[in-house]
Amino acid sequence: MGQKVLLTSKEINIILHRLACQLLENHLDFKETALIGIQPRGVFLAERLASILKTEYGVKDIALGFLDITFFRDDFGRGEILRANTTKMDFLVEDKKVVFIDDVLYTGRSIRAALTAIQSFGRPRSIELLTLIDRRFSRHLPIQPNYRGRQVDAIGDEKVKVMWEGNDGEDRVYLISK
Amino acid sequence: MGELSVNHLLGIKYLNKKDITLILETADNFKEVINRSIKKVPTLRDVTIANVFFENSTRTRLSFELAEKRLSADVINFAAGSSSVKKGETLIDTVNNILSMKVDMVVLRHPNPGAGIFLSKHVKASIINAGDGAHEHPTQALLDSYSIREKLGEVAGKNVVIIGDILHSRVALSNIFALKLQGANVKVCGPRTLIPKHIASLGVTVETDLLKALQWCDVANMLRVQNERMDISYFPSTREYTQQYGVNKTILDNLDKEIVIMHPGPINRGVEITSEVADSDRSIILHQVENGVAIRMAVLYLLASKIN
Repeated sequence: MGQKVLLTSKEINIILHRLACQLLENHLDFKETALIGIQPRGVFLAERLASILKTEYGVKDIALGFLDITFFRDDFGRGEILRANTTKMDFLVEDKKVVFIDDVLYTGRSIRAALTAIQSFGRPRSIELLTLIDRRFSRHLPIQPNYRGRQVDAIGDEKVKVMWEGNDGEDRVYLISK
Repeated sequence: MGELSVNHLLGIKYLNKKDITLILETADNFKEVINRSIKKVPTLRDVTIANVFFENSTRTRLSFELAEKRLSADVINFAAGSSSVKKGETLIDTVNNILSMKVDMVVLRHPNPGAGIFLSKHVKASIINAGDGAHEHPTQALLDSYSIREKLGEVAGKNVVIIGDILHSRVALSNIFALKLQGANVKVCGPRTLIPKHIASLGVTVETDLLKALQWCDVANMLRVQNERMDISYFPSTREYTQQYGVNKTILDNLDKEIVIMHPGPINRGVEITSEVADSDRSIILHQVENGVAIRMAVLYLLASKIN
């Protein structure tokens, strides 16, 4: 099993600032916008981006939610059962500009599930997708990110692992091959 | 990752502590779901569930049906009263006929203890016991534990007294198993005639004095006197039962502390509990009903994931 560093903490920091600026460019004061971290691992990225926007770019209020997609997945009964995580949505997304935030975009199935799950909280004006890592050539569905940190060509049995300082002790992205 | 150790929910007796924790934690997620404006998730959209009820029920049946629908399962309902059971069909035949219509899970209520266990050995479907005679009513005990945990933070270490007709109560037995597994202290309280002889072997203590029991407990789970299961007279009169074992506001006001009042329903108002108590802040009876849906969604979800 081999392990390669795809992104160092310095690179991640630069990318996070770039992504924050790109969001800022499109959403300005974030009054009509909701940032939604996809549980479990998208939450860390969503929190980091919200914190950068607040502390470094002076955005005052950001609607930040966490969406769990476990009950909306399309593989129920086809593999191991996953424990659900908390959904925390203190607002309705009715007529909001929603940005889904996840760490890795792979097959696109999680985002498909999130698109269904979000319907329980209203009808958003639009939905965009932001991911730190976009794994090319592995999509099962026609889903592409609007904002991407880094595009990666990883083959089937390779794994991309994103670590976050707040949770895993360091900011780092690994490519793990079997 | 999170899987039950069983393929059927026949009784709490067959679960371990990890199973109970998993069910209660999964119910937390479903409780959040059923409090959304859109309360439905598509998880069990390709699962068909039959609710097979050989005995009357209001809460349990509605609660299961709602839980199934909130999970997007297809639901069929069967009530023995209006069925071919009246023409002499056996339990296995009835259920196998239902299963041949491609049903994946059966929620069974039956007056005979062990009906679910029997069925699980003879048919190919996941069986959920929704009450089998005076034996077990596992989802009720799970929702009771969930409600205690919600109100008091945890079940472990809490003093719970179950008051009333312990002898005929499946709720009592399932609750004793569930509470003991989670580390609660359990007492039963009622007339000697309504307490099973060997109950102490389950690790509970018996108290016949209502005031002493209430003074000891954090939670009092009040049970109904099940007249329909009584073939002989167990106490002189309902009036005398109420005088000795009925809980009213004056009794609760005279206790040193505030205790939580629970009741699995249906309530016989004015017999085991007065309306004033049942409708007071101390009572979490309606929370129990709400939590019942979340608990049943959790059970259905976890068992359905093991079907294949």
